Amino acid sequence: MHSIELFIDGLMKYNFLQTALITSILVGIMSGIIGSFIILRGMSLMGDAISHAVLPGVAVAYMLGINLLVGASIFGILAALLIGVVTMKSKLKNDTAIGIVFSAFFALGFILISLAESATNLHHILFGNVLAVSDSDLVTTAVVLAIILLFVVIFYKELLITSFDNTFAKAYGLKTQVLHYALMLMLTLVTVTALQTVGIILIVAMLITPAATAFLLTNRLSHMMVLAATFSVISSVIGLYFSFTFNWASGPAIVLTAAMFFLVTFIFSPKQGIIFKQKEN
Amino acid sequence: MINIRDMTVTYGGNPIFTNLSIQFEPGKITGIIGPNGAGKSTMIKAMLGLISKQTGEVTLDDKPVTKQLKRVAYVEQRAALDLSFPINVFDTVMTGTYPNLGLFRVPGAKENEAVTKALSDVKLSEFTKRQIGALSGGQLQRVFVARAIVQNADVIILDEPFVGIDMKSEVEIIAILKRWQAAGKTIIVVHHDLNKVTTYFDNLVIIKRGIAAAGPTADVFTKENIANAFSGDLSTILFADKESENA
Repeated sequence: MHSIELFIDGLMKYNFLQTALITSILVGIMSGIIGSFIILRGMSLMGDAISHAVLPGVAVAYMLGINLLVGASIFGILAALLIGVVTMKSKLKNDTAIGIVFSAFFALGFILISLAESATNLHHILFGNVLAVSDSDLVTTAVVLAIILLFVVIFYKELLITSFDNTFAKAYGLKTQVLHYALMLMLTLVTVTALQTVGIILIVAMLITPAATAFLLTNRLSHMMVLAATFSVISSVIGLYFSFTFNWASGPAIVLTAAMFFLVTFIFSPKQGIIFKQKEN
Repeated sequence: MINIRDMTVTYGGNPIFTNLSIQFEPGKITGIIGPNGAGKSTMIKAMLGLISKQTGEVTLDDKPVTKQLKRVAYVEQRAALDLSFPINVFDTVMTGTYPNLGLFRVPGAKENEAVTKALSDVKLSEFTKRQIGALSGGQLQRVFVARAIVQNADVIILDEPFVGIDMKSEVEIIAILKRWQAAGKTIIVVHHDLNKVTTYFDNLVIIKRGIAAAGPTADVFTKENIANAFSGDLSTILFADKESENA
């Protein structure tokens, strides 16, 4: 338990560790909330795709010296639109369209990053380095969380009904496509901030693993979002501790912690856990 | 009054129906029957703008229906829904208040009251907290009828509401339809069971890649029309009782 003391001691002493902790918590909250909608809409693959597709945006933003959020948002939305167009204008299935678009975007991003190598560290972008988050990054993260919370509070009804019964929403005249792309925009914002803690490759895990854990435990959407955010925050903090103590990359440490929570819930959940299911049978 | 004029819908280049025209009157329960693949659900979906149509216009009281979709409640075939969604019976019915609330407004006391009343109307008061996946087919269908009650629409469209449900639920739903009819609403029911056509519907529309017959049920539900739209054998069996009664 000496290492936990060291971690807490470090938290008192080091500004970088405080920044990392707050960033982890903020990112945990937003990914749990948006992730709940992603899994309920059956869009896990889309979540993975959009998070990979922002890479060229990140690269271009570095090159031009503009805000990462702007570059990433443009490419995230562009990818979502392209996936929509390919699905609608061809007989290909949606998952095929997603696969084509996101791998192409990711490949483009990879090349652009190597061209812009100067100040960027590809490894950190891909796997996260929460211990290197700057104070200005922290401000950006807080702003993004505020946007996400506002979005979900204002459009809660519409997010619920389009996730649950999209035909009903369309039938009463709701602009379901607009809401879809708004959610994709929120997803790109979460991606850019989560990129600091877990990195591009593992963002999908932050979106779906805590949300899936919460899904196994509750029958209400609002509870699911709160639980998902909670699991996500706890995983992030524990992951940060492992990252600090053992010098692991923060992304894998956080994601493995979240997966452990899922595993335990999957086995023991009173609602859907495999142990209780077996008893019922 | 719903008025569909010259509506054509194609799928993959092949027409499902061409220049279809039909009216639905208020204060009447209109049944839509026809063989599988005749285009019943397609007509409903095209009418509401859920799928695109090649030609035609659909008006509700002389204005385009797509400009006043809040006046229409549509109860889809149940199969399409994700029943594992984390939502209970009460909250599902509550979504029926969303069309009239519009953006930015949240349900309040008035909406809570309407939902409670609708659930009592369909005899589901004791199930309010239950997750929707834990209901029987008939209970689930009554949940969606309760949602339509809460929508307080002028036109109610139900697609195959009686498929796979128990008799009690069917009776409850019919009671609600009669109440809507008495209130002067326009009720359209896509239906598959030819046995109950004469007891359920005031008007009847037979669809087979277009309108095969339409009008008051007594005029439309004839041996000849059924033989043309479905099959001669079916028609013979269906009308055998009546002929023996007449003899």
